[in-house]
Amino acid sequence: MVDEELKNEMSKQGIVTTTLQELYNWGRRSSLWPLNFGLACCAIEMIATTMARYDMARFGAEVFRPSPRQADLMIVAGTVTKKMAPQVVRLYNQMPEPKYVIAMGACAISGGPFKQGYNVLKGIDRYFPVDIYIPGCPPRPEALLDAFMSLQKMIDAQQLTGPNRPRHLNADAKSEFIVPKFGEHDLEPAQNSTVWKAPLVQISGTETDKSAK
Amino acid sequence: MNLENIKSEIEANVPGCQLEFVLNPSPSAQHSLRLDHAHAVAVATYLRDAADLRFDFCSNVTGIDWPAKELTEKVKVKKLVDGEEKEVEEVRKTTIPGTLEVVYHLFSVEKKHGPITLRMSTKDRETEVHMPSLTPVWRSAEFQEREIFDLFGVVFDGHPDLRRLLMWPDFIDHPMRRDYVAPDDFEYEPTAHDAVLQRANQHQSEAIAKLASEAEGK
Amino acid sequence: MSDATNLTAQIDINTIPALGKEQLLELAMGPQHPSTHGVFRMNVVLDGERVMKLKPVFGYLHRNHEKIAESETYLGSMPYTDRLDYICSITNNWAYAIAVEKLAGIEVPERAEYLRVITGELTRLQNHACLLGFLMQDMGASGTPLMYAFREREKIMDLFEGLTGARMMCNYLRFGGCRVDTPAGWMDAARKVVAEFPRFLDEYENLLVGNEILMDRTQEVGILSKELAINAGISGPMARASGVDYDIRKVDHYSIYDRFNFRIPLGERGDVYDRYMIRFLEMRESIKILEQAMRDIPDGPIVDPKTKIRGFRPKPGEAYGRIESPKGELGFYLVSDGALNPYRYRVRPPSLINLTVLEDLCIGQNVADVVVILGSIDIVLGEVDR
Repeated sequence: MVDEELKNEMSKQGIVTTTLQELYNWGRRSSLWPLNFGLACCAIEMIATTMARYDMARFGAEVFRPSPRQADLMIVAGTVTKKMAPQVVRLYNQMPEPKYVIAMGACAISGGPFKQGYNVLKGIDRYFPVDIYIPGCPPRPEALLDAFMSLQKMIDAQQLTGPNRPRHLNADAKSEFIVPKFGEHDLEPAQNSTVWKAPLVQISGTETDKSAK
Repeated sequence: MNLENIKSEIEANVPGCQLEFVLNPSPSAQHSLRLDHAHAVAVATYLRDAADLRFDFCSNVTGIDWPAKELTEKVKVKKLVDGEEKEVEEVRKTTIPGTLEVVYHLFSVEKKHGPITLRMSTKDRETEVHMPSLTPVWRSAEFQEREIFDLFGVVFDGHPDLRRLLMWPDFIDHPMRRDYVAPDDFEYEPTAHDAVLQRANQHQSEAIAKLASEAEGK
Repeated sequence: MSDATNLTAQIDINTIPALGKEQLLELAMGPQHPSTHGVFRMNVVLDGERVMKLKPVFGYLHRNHEKIAESETYLGSMPYTDRLDYICSITNNWAYAIAVEKLAGIEVPERAEYLRVITGELTRLQNHACLLGFLMQDMGASGTPLMYAFREREKIMDLFEGLTGARMMCNYLRFGGCRVDTPAGWMDAARKVVAEFPRFLDEYENLLVGNEILMDRTQEVGILSKELAINAGISGPMARASGVDYDIRKVDHYSIYDRFNFRIPLGERGDVYDRYMIRFLEMRESIKILEQAMRDIPDGPIVDPKTKIRGFRPKPGEAYGRIESPKGELGFYLVSDGALNPYRYRVRPPSLINLTVLEDLCIGQNVADVVVILGSIDIVLGEVDR
């Protein structure tokens, strides 16, 4: 690794130094192609983000691909219903590695305002891992851009080797997840327990609150 | 457009039909007519085709679930108590049987009047859930009746393509019924109280127990 | 219920009668398809390029709006209505407010009516502008027309944000009035946007209306007859493109639309081209309404302070209220049993009922036209599936 200060000094002299990892990550983060895939209200804001005013093309991400085979990034923009969930998981499985997921909006994170619904999936992270969560209902286009930049930072920090290397460089890591089936009352399974664990939260004034202490 | 007049007009023109005037006490004053199953299609066709009515636009079709309800009322009864006639209060329980109701809202594009409201009820909520479909009269009822079939479980006789509309085909419940129990699949609420709090606590203790058993296993 | 569940089986392609040709192809378009405007699916049976049968499949965005609303208070459902037809939230609020006002007998002050008309017609402008953009996108004019449309939409979004605090989910109307009055300078900004809007329409017309490809793709495609339109309950611009003279703003005399001078454009043939042009003409009429409303708007309260908005219990009864939303007749049917929350809450979705005739429009057309016909119907899945 070249020292950061030395690198800056050298670049002033016209000598550019880089590492394979930097170059590799730079290439990946600068041409993230999202999947052309809108679910609900958030999709309209996602479209607005790609339009002239917010101009997502500045981040190299205006190329929305209709096919999952050509996409690097899935923006889950809207409510995932139970009827739609198997298709979303299947699309995710069809995307080639390296692939990233942004859960856009309250519905994709947790079911949002529709959480009480019998046909609403309470968060897409029950079936596959999510990299960036954007709260909001719907999030403003600026929020999506911010999520985008966060994702780019995340990609920049990924290491090519070592135990912390990303999933696509690890032959043992799973990149496909089970597709739920339609059951008689609910999806089967209702969540992928290898990916998702029920969160432990403190509900004030309850027994779990005391036991947590 | 007075609904009483329309009612007598239909009764004069569709022989044998039994119509019931249903009063709506709210300020909207949209009263309705309850149709009998046997003459529903004939009455609907008459409403659509009669030259002075021309209700050619069936706007809204929806279901309402009325589960069986128990009414308790206190009645004063005169009884012989110890050889003496006394007024005694008695609690009487009457059960109103449950029913599934379907409501149609009609307008007239040609005459620009409306709405009038038609309703039909099933005999009960479990087995006798059949009802004549009005799709042959108004196409707009097609998808809406499918939706009612899906969410309420009313079976429309004479519907051309009665399948579930919104839920998947293997789904067996009727979620818009009042006694439907949704899958228990969310863990906590940020501001839980009452029943939700109880459920949140139960989920939390289950999750903690699971964590503990996993730790033991390791 | 045994016979009921038997009926839920999916249609099997083998049961479709043979149509004389040897090979039929069943194609599932959607739910992930770039031109289904969300998560909508059509099972199309094709003979070569021609559509022989088309069955829409719904429910991929069924998020239980009605069930949730039955456990919410009356006011609590107002933000949910925003998310029905998420492109035009204010007209959804309006339809719901009208239904509740009918149910409970609430009066609306004059200034609030004007504000409702102004925001409602602005919503219509941006809905129709977006629709034109999406329709062009579906037709293959990728990028430019949609960008022009969204440029105009952003201007109206800014107005909504200035007034209500949110771009899309405005949650602006209250029973018996509106939530907030206009901030200083808002009305001038709105006048400016409205005054500049015809320029966008002219530009758009110059760019596209005489275009030969567009005419080829839209004229005589997806013809909807007047009789079918009425019988199938088609409403809004789609019905008027088929020559059905029915606009709820004129028929029901709701709000203060009687005071404005505007016309109802009607189509002749009922094809995609008519449905496309009717939106242009409606936008020009909306601008007329907006100019008159902004000129005449009086001062005064925006909500009667005596009206109880929170925690009110309407008398038992029912009401059906409807308005002319940009998509068609948006109605709300409410049944009250005297409690804090409605006993039954039903949305009459124009998008769903306008889709009833999709199969009739598409049969015999090429598969590429299906996308254009669907685009011209103007659906929003949040409203179709609720």
